[in-house]
Amino acid sequence: MSGAPLSYLTASGPRAAYTAPLTWFMLVVSILVCVIVTVLVWIAARRARAAGGASETASVPVERGADGFPWVKWGLVLSAIPLFISLIWTMAALAKVAGPPTVTGLAIDVTGHQYWWQATYDGTGPGQAFSTANEIHIPIGVPVLVRLHGADVIHSFWVPQLAGKTDTIPGQNNVTWLQADRPGRYRGQCTEYCGLQHANMAFEVVAEPRDRFEAWRAHQAAMAPAPADDTARFGQVVFAHRCASCHMVRGTPAAGTKGPDLTHLKDRRLIGSGVLPNTIGAVAGWVQSPQAVKPGSTMPNQHLSGPELNAVSAYLETLK
Amino acid sequence: MRAPAYRVPEIGEDTPALRARLQEIWETPPGLKGWLVTTDHKEIGLRYIVTAFLLLIVGGIEALVIRLQLAGPNLHLLTPDQYNQLFTTHGMTMIFLYASPILSGFSNYVWPLMFGSRDMAFPRLNALSYWVYLFAAFFLYAGFVVGAGPNAGWFNYVPLAERPYNPGINEDFYAIGMIFLGISVTVGAANFIVTFFKTRAPGMAINRVPIFAWGTLTASVANLVVIPAVSLAFFLLWMDRQFGTHFFSAAKGGQPLLWQHLFWLFGHPWVYAIVLPAMGMVSDALPVFCRRPLVAHTLVALATVAVMILGFGVWVHHMFATGLPGLALSFFSTASIAITVPSAVTVFAWIATIWLGRPVITTAFLFFASMIVLFVIGGVSGFMTASVPVDWQLTDTYFVVAHLHYVLIGINVFPVVGATYFWFPKFTGKLMGERLGRWNFWTMFAGFNLGFLPMHLTGLLGMPRRVYTYPDGMGWDWLNLITTIGSFVFAVGVLLFVINVWISYRKGAPAGDNPWDAPTLEWATPSPPPPYNFAVIPTIASRHPLWEDRLQESEGRSCLSRGMTLDQGKEALSTTALDADPDRILEMPEDTSAPLLLAIGMTILFIGMLALSWLTIGIGVLACLGALLLWLWPRRDLREREPAPRVAHG
Repeated sequence: MSGAPLSYLTASGPRAAYTAPLTWFMLVVSILVCVIVTVLVWIAARRARAAGGASETASVPVERGADGFPWVKWGLVLSAIPLFISLIWTMAALAKVAGPPTVTGLAIDVTGHQYWWQATYDGTGPGQAFSTANEIHIPIGVPVLVRLHGADVIHSFWVPQLAGKTDTIPGQNNVTWLQADRPGRYRGQCTEYCGLQHANMAFEVVAEPRDRFEAWRAHQAAMAPAPADDTARFGQVVFAHRCASCHMVRGTPAAGTKGPDLTHLKDRRLIGSGVLPNTIGAVAGWVQSPQAVKPGSTMPNQHLSGPELNAVSAYLETLK
Repeated sequence: MRAPAYRVPEIGEDTPALRARLQEIWETPPGLKGWLVTTDHKEIGLRYIVTAFLLLIVGGIEALVIRLQLAGPNLHLLTPDQYNQLFTTHGMTMIFLYASPILSGFSNYVWPLMFGSRDMAFPRLNALSYWVYLFAAFFLYAGFVVGAGPNAGWFNYVPLAERPYNPGINEDFYAIGMIFLGISVTVGAANFIVTFFKTRAPGMAINRVPIFAWGTLTASVANLVVIPAVSLAFFLLWMDRQFGTHFFSAAKGGQPLLWQHLFWLFGHPWVYAIVLPAMGMVSDALPVFCRRPLVAHTLVALATVAVMILGFGVWVHHMFATGLPGLALSFFSTASIAITVPSAVTVFAWIATIWLGRPVITTAFLFFASMIVLFVIGGVSGFMTASVPVDWQLTDTYFVVAHLHYVLIGINVFPVVGATYFWFPKFTGKLMGERLGRWNFWTMFAGFNLGFLPMHLTGLLGMPRRVYTYPDGMGWDWLNLITTIGSFVFAVGVLLFVINVWISYRKGAPAGDNPWDAPTLEWATPSPPPPYNFAVIPTIASRHPLWEDRLQESEGRSCLSRGMTLDQGKEALSTTALDADPDRILEMPEDTSAPLLLAIGMTILFIGMLALSWLTIGIGVLACLGALLLWLWPRRDLREREPAPRVAHG
């Protein structure tokens, strides 16, 4: 189902892979039960003596009829078998997928905000810790521990092709874990209703080979480069004035924490929690009027003048 | 307290003179005043039914608007705020204001007739429960009408419903309205429970009670146990919002998950409360069209009770993804899978009843028989979500939306429409049109399945719930379009039903007392029944009093034409809980405005809470006290200062 990025019938990691066959088994049993019952009801109704209304009903004599208890008995026996198998399989699968493995290759802190995802990576050394937004990179082939935090309301962290959902709840430290067996971009989505822009709270998990992951991590840990040309420098001034109370750009005085860290904004594929491509035009449109794209999002419209918007866009383009 | 007096009740024949006397005693005066003060269970039952159906239509229109918004990707018919209010209000309407009250309506109307009784145990409480329901419905809708409807989902999770994230008055309407509505459900439930155990006709021992009554009984017990949890939850939320308490706010040491426990502790038993009576309707009415008794009657009654008991232990399956420990999840997972067993008993009993009977295809039969299939579809998808690892994928996707609509429409709406075809002749004395009925059924059935069967796939392809729009390229576009088309076809089916009710009410064929040749006591009364239901209190000797000669189930015969006349006032009979031996003679209350006045007093009180106006709250409290005084003031003519006389045996 390549056309359905959130389909969980396709598994790309062990957690989803343990769950998918159980899902299929229960689905097939369920469909079979529905078909059998429908056929039984159909055949039983086909034996009708009459059709019509009240007079037709009253004209068919009442009788005690055969004892139906064997139906109930055999019905129960036959339904108990798949029920029991499902129960055992459920417990076995639960044991496999529930707790995080004792040895993990990486630990990430993920925080659900209205309406975006923050991912914080412990550094490999002093000054190497960093935060990014809506794009979570993991190395393939190893379990990755994800510690979940709730910043405001309850959200739910879901990457269907890798793992089921776990809620991010304020005041509660939940954990989940991911493991991707193949490199790729896996779409994730908030699945606990969280307000006006719950619909547009997507993210991506990028699974890549260890060396590429390490290169990405080193790059993310770096400070933002100083802008080289005048327009971008003016943009940084406007940014400091208009954006820095919410957004952080490491290596500059901009140190806001309400919104996503933008130090390496242009390294991400999408912006606005998965709603827009990360092009210069889309970024400019988003900066100027996020409320047109995501009504109710926590970022206000900016009402920048033409030159200011131009400069901010040029500045943001330097945050690679 | 004096020992109760004994009285030998007069035994007599069912004569026109007796009927005339009873008519005079029991009749509600015509006109507006009579309309406002009546305590007749049939009148109250019909009001419940009509009000709930109107709300079903309102909730249905909301659903159609939602489906238009979701018909394709990136549509902007509604703003996110409008969408959120709509889906919340749709859920609130269908779950609280339609699904439960409609069943209360049928039970209210049918129970005393089925039981061979003259009214519910507490007629004034019955009137109160309707008025409170009506006013609470207005209250809950008031916010929506002025654009400030509840917007945090019917499940209303905190912190989203808390003031920092929801500063408007929207959630206050919901929180207070739900506490208000809880009063209606609670007094109604208490009334059903006492009615079940104390007012059955002599001889209607506990093993002879129709399954519909078992369904409403178990639902009522559940409601009585769990409504306090949800009323408390909403009260705490209101305190958090208005007085800065921190029951649910994590930053100050509160616990957001507490809300979910309190809510689902109520919410899941409630789901059973809105399906078990409807399943009971099928268990009682389907056999009429199969011309034989229900297979395994006792087992089905026990299964009803078992579902409810297990239903108390499954609420955490709404919370599998909240990070609870695995051991707890295993317990609730097992309970949720185990609940399939009693449900399977009922399903096989129904199928065997058709198979081993002589089915007659009527519109009611079609609704009941198709309900079996819809019940199983809704059941197996519930069985899938009971498995924790699977649920971690399924939960909060459209798979669950499909599941719950199969449960609520399949197991509530279909039986209710079938039950309307079945009991409409009793309510009105007229038969419903069968030809239009067929169109009605097939349109509803086709539209419903067209709309909701593909929705399972939408969920398996990962579409999350409660999104006001969705991007293209996710594989959901054509599925959503089909669902939207199906929902409109379904709506046409419901419209045909309304038209059929209207036409049949105006010029339906006369029904007579027992048009279906059905076995239970309500069919022994005229259609519509007189205000006193039964001129003489019947004595019951089997489960099927009107089929006894043909079934030969028991040696004795029920006696319907001769029995206690109880015509010295507005009198009814109370019997013992298990064996239904005559116990006491009840002096039933006259029509009174006290329930209406109490409901108005409560409305003022709750408006005061909404506006945080202590003056209004004070007026409301005083009005309630005044109404209670009027209600409870003992009246000598009702002998309310004395214990009810016991029935002397011998």
